[in-house]
Amino acid sequence: MTKIPLGGHIREVGSTEKYKTGAWRTFYPELDDKKCIRCGTCWIFCPEGCIYREKGKMKINLDYCKGCGICANECPTGAIKMLLEEK
Amino acid sequence: MPRRDVIHGSRALAEAVKLCDVKVIAAYPITPQTHIVEDIAKFVANGELKAEYIKVESEHSAMSACIGSSATGARTFTATSSQGLALMYEMLFVASGLRLPIVMANANRAMSAPINIWNDQQDTISVRDCGWLQFYCETNQEVLDYTIQAFKISESKGVYLPSIVCLDGYVLTHTIEPVEIPDKEAVEEFLPPYSPPFFLDPEEPMTLGPLGDPSVYMEFRKEQQKGMEKAYEVIKKVNKEFEEHFGRSYGMIEEYNMENAEIALITLGSVAGTIKDVIDESKEKVGLIKIRTFRPFPKEELIKALKDVSSVAVIEKDISIGLGEGAVFSELKGILYATNVHPNIINAIVGLGGRDVTKEHIAKIIKECKKPKQEVIWVGLK
Repeated sequence: MTKIPLGGHIREVGSTEKYKTGAWRTFYPELDDKKCIRCGTCWIFCPEGCIYREKGKMKINLDYCKGCGICANECPTGAIKMLLEEK
Repeated sequence: MPRRDVIHGSRALAEAVKLCDVKVIAAYPITPQTHIVEDIAKFVANGELKAEYIKVESEHSAMSACIGSSATGARTFTATSSQGLALMYEMLFVASGLRLPIVMANANRAMSAPINIWNDQQDTISVRDCGWLQFYCETNQEVLDYTIQAFKISESKGVYLPSIVCLDGYVLTHTIEPVEIPDKEAVEEFLPPYSPPFFLDPEEPMTLGPLGDPSVYMEFRKEQQKGMEKAYEVIKKVNKEFEEHFGRSYGMIEEYNMENAEIALITLGSVAGTIKDVIDESKEKVGLIKIRTFRPFPKEELIKALKDVSSVAVIEKDISIGLGEGAVFSELKGILYATNVHPNIINAIVGLGGRDVTKEHIAKIIKECKKPKQEVIWVGLK
């Protein structure tokens, strides 16, 4: 039988990264870099912590984005649009 | 020297909590449990018990706070009753799933509707599958003793499951009886400080309560069942140790006048006292089997105790509506099916919502089970 640690506790910190939740999404965010003013509002509001800065630009990690749309709703310049996932 | 006090069952329970050096209590008042937590609050306020007493806005919050507290490695206690226990329902599974040895007292009380604050055992029987150990008390001495034992059993290696000490509302909570209260030193010797196998610690971060998807969930549940099987062994060992320390001993079941008995009455809780009186006065070869631990269910003990009897009556204060019988009766029939122990067996539903269970009722049940006309009888019905 698979060994389960008592009560399912996990000693390894950050193991959640192994569990990619991007596939749960119905809508995905698309960021228009021309409209983006780098204010970081989306970064503050993202409940999954999947928005990050790279070389001064805002980026979204779609491996973990669940498509809630809070970033698009909060963006002061309308730089983020939610589009339907069509695979 | 142990002292002898004449006290309520609720007070006996509060005294046990004080003796066990509980570190955190999170509870919400509900009749007839209230003066358990009232007494504990007094102990904490006047410094007799050095513990954190968390006042909460509901029983759901009480159990949630207990889970958090126990996860940090603190010995944790709560008490509730009836609707309060029902409000805790989802958190009961979380506590046992995370393997946290919380001890809870439940003052057994009928479930609404109609609203009723009096005693039966529908509340704890209804949470039998939550993964908590359940102990049923007959006397106030048992209330104190089982509470001390419950911490030791729950905190034992391989068990790590929470326990409910069930005491009949009013019949025990509000009734005064002599109780021997052991010395603090003696209890400390019997019950060392809780040493958790893991605990939440900012210095060593870990995850508790992660997602368990279909690839691990079944194994997780099997581990809980193994914990309960371990408890089955541990209870016997703890009883023996308890007897060495305090001179009182309890089995998984208690047998009263069962030698040469032809009729066996089976019950849980305080009504056992009334039944013993009837047995003492009866000319029949009748004995009593009192189930002390309902979870884990004392399968082997019951089969062994019933092998030479011809008639059995299960007397219980709960009813599974739709099946039309009590849970203990159903479970007993279930375990006997696979054996060659097949006495006549009937179910007496008694005492729902605080209806008195009299000696005449018990005598009637004895008479009925010798020549059963029907499988289930409601005794005391108007």
